[in-house]
Formats: sequence, C-alpha cells, structure tokens
Amino acid sequence: MPQLITQHFKTMITKTQTSEEYFIESEPFYQPVADEIEIFQAAWNQNLPVLLKGPTGCGKTRFMEYMAWRLKRPLITVSCHDDLTASDLVGRYLISGGETVWVDGPLARAVRIGAICYLDEIVEARKDTMVVIHPLADNRRVLPIEKRGEQLSASADFCLAVSYNPGYQSVLKDLKQSTRQRFVALEFDYPDAPLEAGIIATETGIDAALAEQLVKFAHMTRNLKGSGLEEGASTRLLVHAARLMHDGIAPISACHSAIAQALTDDHDMLTAIDELSSSLF
Amino acid sequence: MKPRALDEKEISQRLDDYLDVEFSFLKTEHHARTLAGLATAEQAYLLHWVKCIASTNIQLAWQFIEQAVPLLDNMDRRIIEDWALHAMDIYDQSGLHAALAVIRNVHQFIETSHAHRIGASFSDHAGILLHFVHGLSGRKLELKQADECFTDTQTLFLPPLIAQLETPKDNFIFYKSLVVMLWAQVRFSSFPLALKQALEEHPQAERLLTLYQALEHLRLQACIARELPGLYRGMQAIQKQLEDEQGDHRWRELAQQLADKNKCAQDSLQLALDNLDSLPPPPASCFRILLKPEQVYSVMAQRMEKEKTLLRLALAKLENELNQNKSTPDKLEVRYKPASETDKHIPIEIRLDNQPVAPPDEIKALASSVVLDFGEIPDEHLVPAGPGDYDPAMFNEKEKDPDEVWKGTYHEEGASLYNEWDYRRQHYRKNWCAVREKTIEPVYDDFVDLTLKKYSGLIKHLRKTFEAMRDEDRLLKRQSDGDGIDIDALVEALADARDGSELSERLFTRMHRVERNIAVIFMVDMSGSTKGWINDAERESLILLCEALESLGDRYAIYGFSGMARKRCEIYRIKEFSENYNDEIKARISGIEAKDYTRMGFAIRHLTKILNEVDARTRILITLSDGKPDDYDNYRGDYGIEDTRRALIEARREGIHPYCITIDEQARDYLPHMYGPAAFTVIDQVDRLPLKVSDIYRRLTV
Ligand SMILES: Nc1ncnc2c1ncn2[C@@H]1O[C@H](COP(=O)(O)OP(=O)(O)OP(=O)(O)O)[C@@H](O)[C@H]1O
Ligand SMILES: [Mg+2]
Repeated sequence: MPQLITQHFKTMITKTQTSEEYFIESEPFYQPVADEIEIFQAAWNQNLPVLLKGPTGCGKTRFMEYMAWRLKRPLITVSCHDDLTASDLVGRYLISGGETVWVDGPLARAVRIGAICYLDEIVEARKDTMVVIHPLADNRRVLPIEKRGEQLSASADFCLAVSYNPGYQSVLKDLKQSTRQRFVALEFDYPDAPLEAGIIATETGIDAALAEQLVKFAHMTRNLKGSGLEEGASTRLLVHAARLMHDGIAPISACHSAIAQALTDDHDMLTAIDELSSSLF
Repeated sequence: MKPRALDEKEISQRLDDYLDVEFSFLKTEHHARTLAGLATAEQAYLLHWVKCIASTNIQLAWQFIEQAVPLLDNMDRRIIEDWALHAMDIYDQSGLHAALAVIRNVHQFIETSHAHRIGASFSDHAGILLHFVHGLSGRKLELKQADECFTDTQTLFLPPLIAQLETPKDNFIFYKSLVVMLWAQVRFSSFPLALKQALEEHPQAERLLTLYQALEHLRLQACIARELPGLYRGMQAIQKQLEDEQGDHRWRELAQQLADKNKCAQDSLQLALDNLDSLPPPPASCFRILLKPEQVYSVMAQRMEKEKTLLRLALAKLENELNQNKSTPDKLEVRYKPASETDKHIPIEIRLDNQPVAPPDEIKALASSVVLDFGEIPDEHLVPAGPGDYDPAMFNEKEKDPDEVWKGTYHEEGASLYNEWDYRRQHYRKNWCAVREKTIEPVYDDFVDLTLKKYSGLIKHLRKTFEAMRDEDRLLKRQSDGDGIDIDALVEALADARDGSELSERLFTRMHRVERNIAVIFMVDMSGSTKGWINDAERESLILLCEALESLGDRYAIYGFSGMARKRCEIYRIKEFSENYNDEIKARISGIEAKDYTRMGFAIRHLTKILNEVDARTRILITLSDGKPDDYDNYRGDYGIEDTRRALIEARREGIHPYCITIDEQARDYLPHMYGPAAFTVIDQVDRLPLKVSDIYRRLTV
C-alpha cells in the first residue's frame, strides 16, 4: 500500500470522528442550580446512564465538563447529526499498509478507557444509531461490536450521558420510550434570575447591576416564545452579550448583535426586541 | 427631438377618449384649454394620472383635473400622486361620494398627509408594538385602533395617529410610551375590586375617579421608571417638549410617596379618598390616560369566570395525563405561590404523589392572569374540574357557516382579505378580495372506481416509478469518506498508484438517506368554463395523482377555487395536508364541479399562505386551469392577467416554486407573460391531462 493512501486514511479517521476527548485539568466554573450534582454523582456511583433535558445554551455541556473534572474521568463528547451512523460511534475497519486495521469509534474508546461519553443532541442521530447504545444503557453495560464479533464490557468508571431538547416538538425527533426509559433524567432550565445574573457576572466580569438588567431582558425575549419567537435568549447568548459589553460595546448594541439577531430574522420582531432593550437600558 | 406640447384639439381628443365622453357626456373643452397652456412635461404628467384614475372612475378623473392644475406649480409630485391613489383607495372602500370628497378637499389631505409623514400611526407600528407588549411580562394583551386611548385589561385601545411632536422618531416614542402606560395599568393592577366598590358607593364618584386617575398616573410612572428606565428617559424628554406641568408642592409630595416600590393601587385609592376635598386640581400631563372602570369590570367579571373554568379544566387534563398507565391514580396537589417566593413568577405549584410537576405553559399563563385580577389564586380555582362540571361546548365559539354570510346583509366577517394588483394604477387595491374556505360535498358514486379501472395499467406504472423516488438509503459509491470501502475504486487506485499517476481520494462507500422533504399544493380551477370534459379530466388527474403520491410519501394538499366578483372568492378544501387519502377524499374529488368564474390571484395568494405554514424544505404550488382569468367585476383581459402574474411573483418571493398547467387548445400568446414568473406547460388535448399531470410532477421533483 503506497504511503499516500495510508496517509489519506489517517486523515479520514480524524475526519469522521467528530468527537473530542480530554481530561479536564482545572475546575470549570459551574453554578449548581438544584441538586443536579448530587444526582449525577449518585447515578455514576450506581452505574446508571443519565439524560440531560433542557433548552439550548442552559449549561448542559458546562455541567458535563464540571462533572468530568469532579469525577476525574476523561470526557468524550460527540455532537450528533443526522448523518451520524452506528459505525461512526462504534468504529470501522480501515486499510493500512495493505492490511485491514480496526479503529475504535468514540463510544468504543470511552468504554475501553472508562471515560464519560456525552452524546449531545441525541435525537439528531439516525434511528439505527440509537439501538447501539441500548445494551450499554441497561444493566448489561456492554457494547457489541458486530463487525469484529466482539463484546466490550464497560468498567465501573464508564458513564454514558446524552442530551435532548424537548422543545423542538417534532414527532419525528421525539425520543422513543424504549430509549428514554433507560436513563436517569436531569431537567435543566434557565436558572432563576439572581443565579443567572450571578453566572453572567462571574463568567464575563461585567458588574452585577448590568448582569441583572441583562437577565431581565432575557425574560422579555422568553415571554415571546410561542408568540413569534421559537426560543427566548439562552444563558449562552447572555454571556455573549455580556462579553461584548465588557469589551466596551453599549448595552443596546450588544443586545442587538449578540441576542436579537441570533434569535430571529423577522424584521418586525427584530425591531420589537430592539425596542424592548432600549426601553430597559 | 423633444416631444412637443399638445394643442387644445389633441388634448381634447385624449380626454374624450379617457373620459369616455360619448357616453358620459362630461364636458372637456374647458379642461382641454387649461391643459393646452401647460408645459409638455406637466401635460404628460396630468394626462397620465387622468387616464389612470379614469380606469377606476371617470367622474373622479374629471374632478381631478380641475383640482390638480393649480397644484402643479408648487407641490411635490409625490404628494399629488399619494392624493390621487388615496382617492382611489377610498373609492374602493366607500364609493364615489367619499372619493370625490377627497379630491375636492385637497388641502385637508395635505395636512393629514403631513401628519402621516411625521407621525406614528397604528397601522404602521401595530405589528411591532404587539410583539413589544408580549415581551413585557403579564397577560397576552391585544391591540386595537380606537378613538379613545384606554384599556379594558384585555385589549389596549390606541389612537390611529400620534403627530404632536416634530419627528417620526419622537412620535413613535410617544406612541410606545402610551402603550407602556396602558400595559402598566394591567401589569401593576390599577383596577382592584376595592375601586369598583368605592365608585359604586361614593357620593362623589366622578371626582374620586379623576383624583384616583391622577394618583395612579404618578404611581405607574414610578413603576415604569424602575422597570424600564430607558423608556422612562424618553418619556421625560417628551414631557419636557410638550411642557407638562410640574404641579404644586402637594402633588410633588404625593408623587414622592407613590414612588415607593411597595405602593399599590389601594394606596392611591386611600390617598384619593383622604384628600378628596383638599387637593388642588392635578397637573396636566400628555401621558395621562383615561380609566374606564365600567369597561374594565365587565370584561374582568367575564374573564374571572372563564379563567377559573379553564384553569380547573387544564388541571383536570394534566391530572388525567399524569395518571395514564397507573393502576391507582393520584390526586394533584395544587397550591398558590406568592411572587416573593420565586423569581420566575410562576404563581402556581403542582405536586403529584409528592413529586413536583412542572406546570404546562397553558396553566402558567392562566395562573398569572388570575393573579392579576384577584391578587392571588383563590382556593376554588385550584381544584381540578370533575367530569361533568362544565360543558366544554360553552367555550367553543360557534362556527359560522360560510354560506350564512350571503343570507343576511353582506359583511366581511370570517373572510380573509387579500390585496389585488391593479396594473393601471400600478398599485395594489387594498383588502380587495374577501376569501372564504369551504368544504366540498363528497359525492359517493362510481367515478373513482371507473377511473381506477380505466387507468389501471397506468396507475401500476406510476406507483412503480414514484416508489423508486421515495426516501431511501442509497449506497453511494466513490465517496471521499464513508462506512465501507469501495473495492472497485480501491483496486483502480492501487493500479493507478503503480503507474505513478494521481490517486483518487474517492475510495469509500456510504449509506446516504435521500430525504425529499417536499410539500405541494394542487390548485384546481373550478370555474364555469371547466364544465364537462375539462372537469372530468381534472378529476381523473387528481385521482391518478393521489394514487401516485401515496406511494411516494410527499406531503400534499388539494384545493379548488372559483369566485363571483371580489367579495365572493371561494377556496374549496378537497384534501388538506393533515388529511389522509381515504374514501371521503375520493368522494370529494368526485364531487368537484364547475362553479362560477376564474379569479386566480386570490387563490394563489391564499394557498401561498397555507403552503408557507408547512415546514418543508421545498414548497411547490401547482395550478391546474383552463386558461384566461376571467371574473365578473372587470377581472378580464389585462387586469386579470397582470394580477395573476403579480400573485405568482409574490409566491416566488416567498420561496415557493409555482408551476402552472393550462389546458388550452390554442396555446395563447399571453400565457408566457402571465405565467412568466412560474414555469408552465400547456396541454392542448384535454384527454391527455391525466397522463401528463403525474408525469410533470415527477419530472419537477426528481
Ligand atoms: N449553571 C451554569 N454555570 C456556569 N455557566 C453556565 C451555567 N449555565 C450556563 N452557563 C453559561 O452558558 C454557556 C452555555 O452553556 P452550555 O454550552 O453548557 O449550553 P448547553 O446546554 O450545552 O447548550 P446546547 O444544548 O446548545 O449544547 C456556558 O458556556 C456558560 O458560560
Ligand atoms: Mg452543549
């Protein structure tokens, strides 16, 4: 096998696996909202898989990073998309030096090394993908690798977590009962106003009063959910706006660019949201 | 060569032609003489508009000349045009008499048009302001235009135009401030039940209300200053410009007192009662808003009753849902939670079997609304409704039968209104067509069976071809990445590599899901001219199409259209997107019959709207008609052609792919122009239609 082809396959490996894997060295900032840390810890102790429900940008990824740090396990995150196949998760044969070589997918790798595997937006993945996680997510805790006739058993360190946003109520994208009933579910939502303001202030360094105003503005956009907006502003968007403000952008412009424009393209709605921020600041 | 000015005789000829003097007997000599004295450009300008207005009404055009000539010297052309168009709009809405008044009263038009240019009008801003109030917290309020500015706590009634200030921007801020003042009355509860009682019992009720109004004004301003400081700054600037009074020291003291954030409406009421005879008249303010307790309390009484019922029903529904698949059902425990305990302002707490339950949006909204009226949620609201407690029909407003409309006097209730393009004006006629949806009476006869038999061979063939187009996993070869290895490609690549030639990167196979994600509406001509052959062919085509589409899985809907003048435009539901193809649908197709005239624009616009509500990657609108648009009230010739063309352009702009199929034995020359914005096919033999339609659809979507 010519060098070139081997080279080519090597780049392929990194390309098809859209996962990231790392040990988290220093403590991420995570502000607990309820008892989610205790519950996740208990689920991990008991080898139970966890389902994180909640709207976009409310801290799910950050929470996983924090838990991985706390449990001192590597975190492997896979962002699911509609082209994600079972072999993308489990692994595949590649050809190298004229021979076939097996390469683990992120899920198999997580099982082998006892990592936390976080499948983000699980409903986006194709239906057949979901089936491979079933035996891992019940008390068997095994990952069958059909192509190799192998069964990987998970160690006590391994943990499967998936996230899911019930907000997009498409029947097609709903999680099947046989899947969801395997998980301990943690519900995430935007934190209460004082907590959320605290998160923004700590995360970005803007002063507390401004952070409070920003959260108030977020609530206005959240009131519009269902009457013209699909979603209100997430904590993530508030963090973005706050960062712009921290860098010297005026609040109204920061809200326009970081929040309003991210929420909608509708002209009237954009104007209305701008009017709300200019009434507030 | 420059165009030269026309002489009196030439002008006279044109006017006679535009104004149809042979039949209208209007006298044009005088006008012709006046116009002859004008410069070339002005002549041309006036003649153009005379012709244009005459297409709407000849009298109106004749009067226009008289009024317009003296304006030419010192008036902006755009204002003259606005004036002429406005007169035509008024003619459309209210007839000749009102339109002539507009033409004669040009100076009033100029004044109001100035106000409109600098002012903020309801019609321009209602859309934005509605989103705006919905973003502010509280009940979902509605906006309506009215002569007085007030709220009944359900709807904000707003003036048509605000033009007190000099710039559009300031006037908009003024308008927005009014909206906020009204919103504040609801949000900060200006209408406690104690006020109702006080007004009923007090001997000086009117004086009491005036004073209470002024005090509430102060309290609400302070609330706004706290909640919306940005807007409050704008309000202060406006108050300065319009010279709001400061009031004497007593009023300033009161303002200070009421600015405390713990003050509520009861405090204003108490102050009003205590100081009824001792206070000087309140200072005038441009933002002071009338309170209308009578309207408020009648709306409130109805709402209190209704929301109690709805809340209890919603709780019952939730209880039912949560208890599904349980052998022993549990009872919901519901509790009122005062606002101070939480920051999310969800004033209700629900538990089942000691587990907290997140209240659904409907319950959250009802609970917040109840708190605004009662100041809390009374216990009897928190008991889920028992079976038989309420008759659900109580809350379904009676549906109106579209045919009823024609029995009584004419009104536009229940119709959707659409603009129509008037090419002579080069403007839309506003809300010109009243469109109603109706359902076709199903006819259960042997038509469908006969059709299926007649075309059984073709149907089999169609099913096969359409099935092959379905969503499916396809193994794609020679991919640059994928699950499997493409052995053929690899062998070639290895061979190539030995030769030293360049290596292909495409060595993989990959399963790929081909998702069609298409939604299509078929719009079928049901005008009188389709009677007979064409109608039969249309119905047969639809049956074949449905058979084919069922095996393909694309989402589709079918509507018929016909009309009799602009106020009776009808869309017939044959199959909606949400309906399955079944015996009822087949019977409706069988029941399609030739009705009245062919007005196409409204149908394209209405179906565009329906199509836009469907979530699909590709949206297609296919019209099936027998040619020229034609309706009673002038929807003939160029007018109908231009409006149809315009409606197709609008559909295009909305991201829809329009496609027109015309059955026309003569393939007429106007078709390319009319259907230009869409793609189209002309079918010259009626009996070929059923064979063609499915085929066209297939080619359109592969
Ligand atoms: N509880 C929290 N503590 C600290 N930061 C938070 C918290 N909640 C949200 N954030 C901030 O919000 C940002 C977005 O959160 P994150 O990326 O975790 O959202 P997510 O829920 O994973 O969203 P998505 O579903 O879109 O992936 C974080 O980067 C962080 O700045
Ligand atoms: Mg995330």
